[in-house]
Amino acid sequence: MTDNDRTVAIGESMIRPDALTKVRGEERFAVDHYPSGLLWAGVKRAGIPHGHLLSVVTDEAAKIPGVCAVLTAADINGTNRQGVIRKDQPVLVDERIRHCGDPVALVVAETQEILAVALEQIRFEVEPLEPVFDPCAALRSDAPLLHPDHPDGNALFTAHITVGAGENGFADCAEMVEGEFDLPRQAHAFLETENGWARADNDGRVEITVSTQTPFRDRSEVAEALGLSVDRVRIIAPYCGGAFGGKDGITVQSLLALAALHCPGRPVKMWWRREESFLAGVKRHPARLLYRLGADRSGTLAALSVEAWFDTGPYDHLGGVVAALGIEHAGGPYRIPHVDLKTRAVYTNNPVSGAFRGFGVPQVAAAMESMMDLLARRLQLCPLELRRRNALVRGDHCPAGSTRQGSIGLTACLDRLATHPLWTTREQWRAAAGPHRSHGTGIAAVAHGMGYGPLVPDTATAAIELLPDGRFSVQAGVVDMGQGNAATYLQMAADILNQPPDRLLLILPDTDRTFPCGSSSASRTTFTYANALIPAARKLRELLLARASEMMLVQDHREMLLVPGAVRHLPSGRDIELARLGSLLSRDERFVSHHYRAPAARETPSDNSNLRLHGFPHLIFSHAVHLARVEVDELTGRVSVAAYLSISDCGRIINPVVFSGQQEGAVAQGIGYALCEDVLVDRGQIRTADLATYILPTSLDVPPLETLAVSLSEHDGPFGLKGAGEIGIDAPAPALANAVEDACSIRLTRFPLTAERVLGALTERNNPRRS
Amino acid sequence: MNSHLISFQLNTMPVSVETTPDARLIDVLREHFRLTGTKEGCGEGECGACMILLDDRPTLSCLVAIGAIDGKRVITIEGLRETPGFAILAQAFNDAGAVQCGYCTPGMIMIAYALLRDQRDPDESSIRRAMAGNLCRCTGYAMIVEAIRLAATRRGQSW
Repeated sequence: MTDNDRTVAIGESMIRPDALTKVRGEERFAVDHYPSGLLWAGVKRAGIPHGHLLSVVTDEAAKIPGVCAVLTAADINGTNRQGVIRKDQPVLVDERIRHCGDPVALVVAETQEILAVALEQIRFEVEPLEPVFDPCAALRSDAPLLHPDHPDGNALFTAHITVGAGENGFADCAEMVEGEFDLPRQAHAFLETENGWARADNDGRVEITVSTQTPFRDRSEVAEALGLSVDRVRIIAPYCGGAFGGKDGITVQSLLALAALHCPGRPVKMWWRREESFLAGVKRHPARLLYRLGADRSGTLAALSVEAWFDTGPYDHLGGVVAALGIEHAGGPYRIPHVDLKTRAVYTNNPVSGAFRGFGVPQVAAAMESMMDLLARRLQLCPLELRRRNALVRGDHCPAGSTRQGSIGLTACLDRLATHPLWTTREQWRAAAGPHRSHGTGIAAVAHGMGYGPLVPDTATAAIELLPDGRFSVQAGVVDMGQGNAATYLQMAADILNQPPDRLLLILPDTDRTFPCGSSSASRTTFTYANALIPAARKLRELLLARASEMMLVQDHREMLLVPGAVRHLPSGRDIELARLGSLLSRDERFVSHHYRAPAARETPSDNSNLRLHGFPHLIFSHAVHLARVEVDELTGRVSVAAYLSISDCGRIINPVVFSGQQEGAVAQGIGYALCEDVLVDRGQIRTADLATYILPTSLDVPPLETLAVSLSEHDGPFGLKGAGEIGIDAPAPALANAVEDACSIRLTRFPLTAERVLGALTERNNPRRS
Repeated sequence: MNSHLISFQLNTMPVSVETTPDARLIDVLREHFRLTGTKEGCGEGECGACMILLDDRPTLSCLVAIGAIDGKRVITIEGLRETPGFAILAQAFNDAGAVQCGYCTPGMIMIAYALLRDQRDPDESSIRRAMAGNLCRCTGYAMIVEAIRLAATRRGQSW
């Protein structure tokens, strides 16, 4: 066996096959396509937050030489509506403008320069409507309505969950703490902004290559919005240059298809510049949260009350689902017998909120884990001890009422933390602060549910094939947006087929070449697809062994074994090469597919069917405990993260480097969320619309990260794994807020914890009467 | 603005391009020469994804007008990958898990190459300072820092 035949075990770090092409600059992202004869498409955006669109004047723009098409809602034959749950977002505004980024007209031109001039020439007439920007104000009876056809007014989604005695549970609490929290609007800031290119043939079939997390859902949405049959739309989804939820749903797809259909035969490209990405792309939901948490004197949690408002902006996108996942996780990973939870996703004229890694959980975790520290302080208990005392174990009811049936490694994570040097030496760290500095340590514990919930089918169909040249192709209809799931698929299939990974090719999502596999989201990507792939690969292995034994005139195929590049008859040592086997079999004989549907919770802890539709409850949860060490500059208010530790229970680890990469990247985004990232919006206008004003963490802001895992095995997981993509972003904000309080006895509940806010709180601490 | 013939050295080859002198270097590289390894992330010099070497200095190609590079030398990732130093960097990035979505990676490789050219054995804080102008939204930077350290230990006489 040569080095090239080396196989990679499950649990061993495998170099990602996409890493080399990316390092070399050869990997072609959607944005890297410049087919010859390329046209450029762009959008005229509203620029005002609310109004009736009366007319659009396109004549001047259309007259410019080099302008190929100027299109408005009148050119759309379909529903002109997009959305996942509630289809309420127009491709092009037909009647009402609901935020500044709404698209009013679409222009296609020969060059980007002509496009820019033409977009300037588009005029439209608007009757302004009173806008509403505050979610609480939007719920008042006299608030202007964004969608007058919505039966619940501006309340896109509302849910109320009561467990045990609900609010009455506070009657018996010896101690109670309260808090009011504000979480900011966070931008995904993936480096590859929204883009794609499309081409329509003369028969009206359109192919769209796009940076997306959801190729199959995009196909349906584009078809419905534009009035096409689904077989007229093909979506091709290369690796994304980052996505994090921001490409979970339509961005440029329908606009590109519309443009291409009006310029048949010509490729059309659309690429949102960074400012347009800020203006028109989705963001993490800003949230306002009111918390009350009660316990007995020993620190056993007894009652919790939460009221949550999620600002979803003008369209559903996935706002209802975000609000539902948020409220399911609002009580953290603890036993609390009496719980009252109220959540709302509210329409406003702010920018569109939508999916973002964590999906409602980072908001509530920031509040709940701050509350746990407030309670620990009140009870004079160690924050770690308070969490250990109340940590969920398998079989417990979670705060939202469902039973935790899957593996729970929370206590193992907490125990691991208890002996870790960053925890045991926290007093030394505190004492090591220099003049005008203070040092502190904070922790946070979180759970994160995986998958789509009980009603929306969480499915994937994997296909694997022996090619005539002896390699295998793995057809994965689910996107790799950078997290490395595609590499994990190859690692698993290679393990089952006993082949070196480079003998496996990956077919990336393409609605014409792969089967539907759902979205790359909800920490379900690897769980669901791999659960389809593993049986497919095993079936193919059995099939190949059987056919090889027939060809080699061996009676019992159990004497056969797959070895790198061949099938071997073990007793005789004879091989038949896979290339020969592949060339002797017809495609049907060497192709296997398998469909899988992930298990879902069967209990119905809430009789609210809308809540179930929006994903409640989940069945399988990952867990994590994080620790942050901070230094606070008491003269400037600046918070620096000196060290960071995450300990996670995400089931069995398949590829340690890919796993750590997910945790570290999520922590860095979480540090940004906690300390500096905030899309500022003033009366619907974004004030931080570029990377000069929207501040992302750099290599100087993120400390060395230590990533540990307690490797339990999840019974339902492929090779025992659970979701790992999101949980890392749930804990940094509260861990940092708790560390800041530990350092200098100030409790900030408005995030991000900017130097200005920290300094304000320090000033108040030092001189309370001045405030 | 009128078109001009701009001549420069691109990845060791002399090239000329007829364009308006205010065209951005990044657009000329990507659209005219089809060198799409150079990425655009922000268009205003904040993210580092478009980094190239201009007369050997790490430079953001979204901020350079093509008229300003007449007679100069440009190296993009497509040119750098032909050098022995690149092979070491690429292997180190792969081994350290420094690549996720990969969109920032060519820019990171550029800054790493220039750093290791100028400093034999940079410590962690030098590496972090050098790459502070290159944003990565996926990794949290630690594995990229590790990759550059790894490349420094393996570099030999590569560059």
